[in-house]
Amino acid sequence: MITLIDGLSLGSIYALIALGYTMVYGIAKMLNFAHGDIIMVGAYAIMVTLSQEVTKAIASINPGLVVYSPLLAIVLSVVICTILGILVEKLAYKPLRGASPLAVLITAIGVSYFLQGLAQLVFGSQPKPVGSAWKLPAIEAINKLGITTAAAVTLVCGIIIMIALTLFINCTRTGSAMLAVSEDRGAAILMGVNVNKIISITFAIGSALAAFAGMFYLFQIPNTEPTLGAMPGITAFTAAVIGGIGSIPGAMIGGVLLGVIEKFCLASPLAPYTVAIKFSLLILILLVKPTGLLGKVVREKV
Amino acid sequence: MGKLNIKIKPKHLVNYTIVLVMLLVGVVMLETGNLRPSIAQLFTQIGYSIILAVSLNFVVGFLGELSLGHAGFMCVGAYIGGLSAVLLKEVLGASAKLPVLIIAMLIGGFSAAIFGFVIGLPSLRLKGDYLAIVTLAFGEIVRNVFMNQKIFGGARGLTTGSLTYDTRRAPTLFIVTFIVALVMLIIIQNIVRSKHGRAITAIRDNEIAAKAMGINITFYKLFVFIVAAFFAGCAGVIYAHTTTPVLYTFFSYNYSIEILVMVVLGGMGSITGSIFSAMFITIVNFMLQSQLSGDLASLRNLIYAIILIVVVVFSNAPALKSFREKYSLGALFAKLFRGKLSDPSKRKDDEAKWDRVPTKIKMDALLSTDLNVDYTPARPEDVSGGKEGK
Amino acid sequence: MSDIMLKTENLGITFGGLKAAQDVNICIRKKQLYGLIGPNGAGKTTIFNLLTGVYKPTAGKFYLDGEELTGKTQEAINRKGIARTFQNIRLFNNMTVVRNVMVGLHNNPEFKCNPFVSAFRLPRHFKVEKAMRERAKELLRIFGLEDERNSLACNLPYGKQRKLEIARALATNPKLLLLDEPAAGMNPQETEELMDTIRFINKEFDLTILLIEHDMKLVGGICEELTVLNFGKVLAEGETKEVLNNPEVIKAYIGD
Repeated sequence: MITLIDGLSLGSIYALIALGYTMVYGIAKMLNFAHGDIIMVGAYAIMVTLSQEVTKAIASINPGLVVYSPLLAIVLSVVICTILGILVEKLAYKPLRGASPLAVLITAIGVSYFLQGLAQLVFGSQPKPVGSAWKLPAIEAINKLGITTAAAVTLVCGIIIMIALTLFINCTRTGSAMLAVSEDRGAAILMGVNVNKIISITFAIGSALAAFAGMFYLFQIPNTEPTLGAMPGITAFTAAVIGGIGSIPGAMIGGVLLGVIEKFCLASPLAPYTVAIKFSLLILILLVKPTGLLGKVVREKV
Repeated sequence: MGKLNIKIKPKHLVNYTIVLVMLLVGVVMLETGNLRPSIAQLFTQIGYSIILAVSLNFVVGFLGELSLGHAGFMCVGAYIGGLSAVLLKEVLGASAKLPVLIIAMLIGGFSAAIFGFVIGLPSLRLKGDYLAIVTLAFGEIVRNVFMNQKIFGGARGLTTGSLTYDTRRAPTLFIVTFIVALVMLIIIQNIVRSKHGRAITAIRDNEIAAKAMGINITFYKLFVFIVAAFFAGCAGVIYAHTTTPVLYTFFSYNYSIEILVMVVLGGMGSITGSIFSAMFITIVNFMLQSQLSGDLASLRNLIYAIILIVVVVFSNAPALKSFREKYSLGALFAKLFRGKLSDPSKRKDDEAKWDRVPTKIKMDALLSTDLNVDYTPARPEDVSGGKEGK
Repeated sequence: MSDIMLKTENLGITFGGLKAAQDVNICIRKKQLYGLIGPNGAGKTTIFNLLTGVYKPTAGKFYLDGEELTGKTQEAINRKGIARTFQNIRLFNNMTVVRNVMVGLHNNPEFKCNPFVSAFRLPRHFKVEKAMRERAKELLRIFGLEDERNSLACNLPYGKQRKLEIARALATNPKLLLLDEPAAGMNPQETEELMDTIRFINKEFDLTILLIEHDMKLVGGICEELTVLNFGKVLAEGETKEVLNNPEVIKAYIGD
């Protein structure tokens, strides 16, 4: 039971990241390999905001403000990630619109390398702990059951964010424009949808989700390092593919599925093989359903 | 009006020459006693990087399937070949170095080839991005499994210390490495320049049409994956002879990507390009490693990343098309040799129009038959256009 | 030996609920030039896709020269003797013209040469390569593409790309050649030339040809018999002249 809750909470982190992958894929038709590293950047943003130097600086303005610094950290991390997402899209991906998907994929890999390298250059390769302010209060009622606050908060927030996203996509003008672009870009252009803007918005939303994911991730493991985003990124990518890349509910299902499986594996004697099991699952699912669980079967016109 | 036109296109010979020259340079340095152990090591690294890059190019550039798990094949080769070398050495004795290496290489290569077959199977059903993620997953699975096997040393890695070629007394591993590279070049280039190579590139260009032409897609896809995996496995065995312990962390997908970078930088479908970029990247790595230490080493990744992005964006961005045409390598050469930019209207059709080529593969320049006696009607463009095409 | 080259029995396919083709019975005699016409979306290309194994029929069977080929893979069907061209041209764009045709010759038993022989360039390899090149050149000569044989396929003008596609299909040595709108995008003069070429290969190679076409002049000019499809069903069939004057057919094309 506890494992299940832990799994669901880890799964919702994966789902948040996977949503970023899947939305970008659905709309820009590209694999944003650098998505995982946005999480890392978000985590560093939190780490820096809560570091002693910044805390001191804030305290020197007004000691009372220090209490709010975790909040500031969250806001900053989301803002920075969003801007970064848009920037990456404009600089690296936009020039390649219409080029071969392989070229775009390789550029994305390059961006991923770049962000990791930059983080390593600035912060060093050693893991850095996040300041002590980054801690959730104990909630007696839940903790008694053996569930950590982090797991509970992650799960609840994850669900809220996912519901909000679903509402946004289905009930707003921008959301329907996004759906239209993912369905048929050409037709959407003819209908007067500003595709460039929609793609930017998609990147922005995806990166903001990644920032949230990074935040929740830090609750579980309060250390930042340059390769922090790599493993959750790839796992979430796997989740998006399992769910059928391009499909939003698919990403959620895939993420939760992988999270639960990971936690159960870790709790079982098979723990050393967790990675192998996760990826084997991906291969198996793709072999049975080449476009993932909820992916659309696209028949190539002959 | 016409002329008997005998074309000898020695493009593929260039590749053999490069490798042979490096081998010779190494041997001469060795004989004259100028070969420092670290340089011998560098030669070996260059050798196996070439093997890895060219074999990956066979998959990515010629078959057109993106593989992000090439390090996985290398991992299989390194672990299985490395272990068999250690065991063989106990059986055959320490003096039988070369036989041990060769047998181990065959064992490592064939076990990697079996994995190549296994990973080739999904490629029959999956396309593009989906296949890429599966190959990536494969690499991670392999790593994860080897990491947990006691027989391979578990998390501490496979100790191959007894194999390490003592670079001071017998720095000969690089000779074997370059010979393997040469054998690989012969096999891959010959296949590429045969009817089988045509079938493989046909699959890349248009799979549906290739099927309609009766090309056995299953056979060729598996074939390419198996051949590539075999050589990656051989590279792994060589790697196992240079390093101890063989550690699973080395074969992460970052390394697969590094190999992919070599292929992309060299130009997909260009074997010469792969050789040069493998050399270039290995040497740069080597130099940066000795220059930069600690966190500055990340500068290396940063430089890589920037080169990668710039190269790909430059050579693929639709908006830079005209810029590219003006300043392409071909045009620059033409300028060098003629003192003026070639007149675009005079160009022969022969030249690949890069913007129309999805992954900008200049296959046909590479594939030209070596000795080709042709009776061609002379056209004014024939003479001038032919050179600019390259 | 019977006189029938292609026979379909109640051939049909359903996509979801949509019956894209239904109870299609076509019977083509050997060496016949046969036309398949019909308004847009009538299921003509679907029939081609069924006959070449791109789609597996959900109903019915088809026979080539008396041999049942239903459910075989595309590769197998091609090797049994059905070759095709595509409505939207599918050439190997990054390969030269002559190499495109040589890919078509790949499975010809005359040019057998296993990968091992190629990898080590045994004498057979050179023999095969030379013979293939010669054969490809002969085919290109028929289509007047000989001079362009070293250009990249994607650099050919549209009409020549269509011709190259036919040449490439012909290289697989088929018994039955399926041409999907061979004259699409050609000017009247090119169409005229194409008609001659089609007649020529029909005679010279003892080839049965089934073609989809919208150009009624071409259809009327070369096809001996026709089948008209509408909404996935056979609307009419028979001698070209009769069919083209059939009021139902005219109605289907022009509307009520």
